[in-house]
Amino acid sequence: MTALELARWQFGITTLYHFIFVPLTIGLALCVAIFQTKWHRTGEEHWLRATRFWGKLMLISFALGVATGIVQEFQFGMDWSNYSRFVGDIFGAPLAMEGLAAFFVESTFLGLWIFGWGRLSKKVHLLCCWAVALSTALSAYFILAANSWMQHPVGYRMADGKAELTNIAAVLFNNTALYAFAHTMLAAVLTAGMVLIGVSAWNLRQGRETSVFGGTMRIAVPMVALAAIATVIVGHFDGILMTKQQPMKMAAADATFNTEHGAGLSLFATGDFKSNPEGLNRNIEIPNLLSWITTGYPKGEIRGINDINAEYQKKYGPGNYTPIVAVAYWSWRGMLGCAFAMLGFAAWGWWLLRKGRLRDSKWFLRLAVPLSVLPFIASSCGWVFTEMGRQPWVVFGLLKTDVANSPSVSAAEIWITLVGFTLLYGVLAAIAGRVFLKAVKKGPVEAGKAEDPGQELALAY
Amino acid sequence: MPDYTALQVVWFVLISILWLGYFVLEGFDFGVGMLIRAVGRDDAEKRAILHTIGPLWDGNEVWLIVAGGATFAAFPQWYATLFSGFYLALFLILVGLIVRNVSFEFWGKGESARWRRGWEWAMIVGSAVPALLWGVGWANIVHGVPIDGHMEYTGTLFDLLHPYALLGGVATLLMFLTHGAVFLSLRTEGDLGERARAIAGRVAPPAAAVGIAFLLWTVLAHRGGVDVASAVVAVISAVCLVAAAVLVRRSAGRAFVATALGIVTFFVALFVDLFPHTMVSSTSAAFDMTLNASSSSSYTLTVMTVVAALLVPVVLVYQAWTYWVFRQRVSAADFGEVRSPLDLLAARREDEGEGDELGPAGSRS
Repeated sequence: MTALELARWQFGITTLYHFIFVPLTIGLALCVAIFQTKWHRTGEEHWLRATRFWGKLMLISFALGVATGIVQEFQFGMDWSNYSRFVGDIFGAPLAMEGLAAFFVESTFLGLWIFGWGRLSKKVHLLCCWAVALSTALSAYFILAANSWMQHPVGYRMADGKAELTNIAAVLFNNTALYAFAHTMLAAVLTAGMVLIGVSAWNLRQGRETSVFGGTMRIAVPMVALAAIATVIVGHFDGILMTKQQPMKMAAADATFNTEHGAGLSLFATGDFKSNPEGLNRNIEIPNLLSWITTGYPKGEIRGINDINAEYQKKYGPGNYTPIVAVAYWSWRGMLGCAFAMLGFAAWGWWLLRKGRLRDSKWFLRLAVPLSVLPFIASSCGWVFTEMGRQPWVVFGLLKTDVANSPSVSAAEIWITLVGFTLLYGVLAAIAGRVFLKAVKKGPVEAGKAEDPGQELALAY
Repeated sequence: MPDYTALQVVWFVLISILWLGYFVLEGFDFGVGMLIRAVGRDDAEKRAILHTIGPLWDGNEVWLIVAGGATFAAFPQWYATLFSGFYLALFLILVGLIVRNVSFEFWGKGESARWRRGWEWAMIVGSAVPALLWGVGWANIVHGVPIDGHMEYTGTLFDLLHPYALLGGVATLLMFLTHGAVFLSLRTEGDLGERARAIAGRVAPPAAAVGIAFLLWTVLAHRGGVDVASAVVAVISAVCLVAAAVLVRRSAGRAFVATALGIVTFFVALFVDLFPHTMVSSTSAAFDMTLNASSSSSYTLTVMTVVAALLVPVVLVYQAWTYWVFRQRVSAADFGEVRSPLDLLAARREDEGEGDELGPAGSRS
């Protein structure tokens, strides 16, 4: 493999791995803040136990997210120095702001929250929890604004072959970023919600701590149902926006090769696994649905890959401007499939909840555990789609991926770091999984027992 | 015509401050991490040690993240050349930091001696590797590395490992170790505090000696004659490092101020030496990267200046508040397991002289 391919694999592996923990942490931080607020308001002990139990799980996810996050901050420079030189004037700003505005708050107040039980007043301690929850969301905003600039560059001009910032507000309030933020935050809530449901279901099946887990279920099930609907709706409008900004990506998602009026929504298709197959070998579709979803009219026009490619060749010069269609097509379907599965599952749970039968529904409780992997598959698919669907560009329309990597870094060096990070991350995943399950099995601690709740909560220390 | 604008100088200074903040803060938690087994004898003691840095280390590490992000924003060419050039060294640092971060979190999540010993070693190695390599890295930045006319690094990892750089690495390793030991003696009570103080007493003199040797070398080896400003700061740093070695047995508080100032001025001397460059080329002086050649546009720098002016003071306030909240000394007694009467009898037997050799009472679990 070439240095470029290795650098791409490295970015993909480290980023997807990092993003297992990101939505889980953001979502769980919010849930923990809500549980602690409930405890603060009602004084009911089971909310305190819920706060501390879920807080413990959040901290495991937090630790991995923070540890793998440093790699993210460094690898733009390490593996993608040409990219960094090209975009630094713009891309660095939201990254630095993320650190100054969000990471400092997050890390400092997380420390205060973990170790501040009994040392801070209850109210200040609760505020620390909210500071953590809100700063994790804020950090997501900045990094998504940076990523959105790669999807849809705004507020810049070209100078000396580099992009130069001309309008910071345009970058921070890029419409692409606003949609991406809403979509990602809802997905984070969805992720945490599915994990809450899975863990609660496992405990309810054993009849353990029913007050804590029954309470969690009553919040988590409607939360997942609503978040799933909202994620899909926002995703839909995001898709329409993307059709304007990156028509090629959406054409690849639908595997529409030729411009059509009244295009069908493809459910299952096969083609050749290369960037631009001639056409599809097999296709099962719902007639007119894609046109209707995208344009609002059953006979609306959907532009095809071949036409867009021809247009880009005129605009950007000779070359192939098509992503790997099969990857875009299946990652998009993977994301949506998981989303609808979660939506259906949560709707069923909500119905059971309203009938008062959730706790007795053996099948719901049994399915909840394996289904808690769905949000992770969905967000991985989402990122694979959004990043690989943009290829061959790293910054859409401005910089191609094949010239963005570091000229001074050899393939051998990347092999070392690629294998090193992959092994390290693999080992950490196994250990973190074990620790997570152990914390789940241990269950919520009795609030009154531990003399220093901070010690019990942190456990690590 | 100087090769820089006022805004570029502001950002060079600000990025320097971020690195200084990182080294003076994370410096002590590197030291504490390295000393976990040397100072802590049983689980209660180790837990107490972890509690001295538990609420702080993550916030300390963010100084690094922000230094990286700020360099990317203000001097993208510096960020690109440095991070791609020092590729494998940074990889080792990253692995160290990752292993260390999770070791704090996972140490207490298992009870077996093997589990804990494993994470303690992860903590030690994960702290020592970055503590050493940051010194090696900064020594190289000041010393100069092979860089061509396209701002690309042309060497390998081994070009970074020459005697001057290795001396710099040993200097930072020893300084952080001393800093951590002094911090522990300041933050712990009883046996823990005594042991930390004894270790600080032993490592402070070599830290001062190596630090001063490195600074002397830096001052004398400066391209184009001695840089007076850098030399003055280096002298101040030398005084602080010696003061730390002297004060360490008398007053932990004053010794901590001395190690902190010693580390800060050590790196100030390096930054002053580097100015007005971001990277020095050992290939040709014509390829040295100036602030101007490395920098973002003045619009970006202006935006970032406003952001930094608004946020940095706030960050300093709440981080200072954290240190205030967690100012109390900790002792192993706060973290002991509940003892059964049998344990108490055993402990008394040990106290009556059956032997320190058998290890303290807490190690039976």
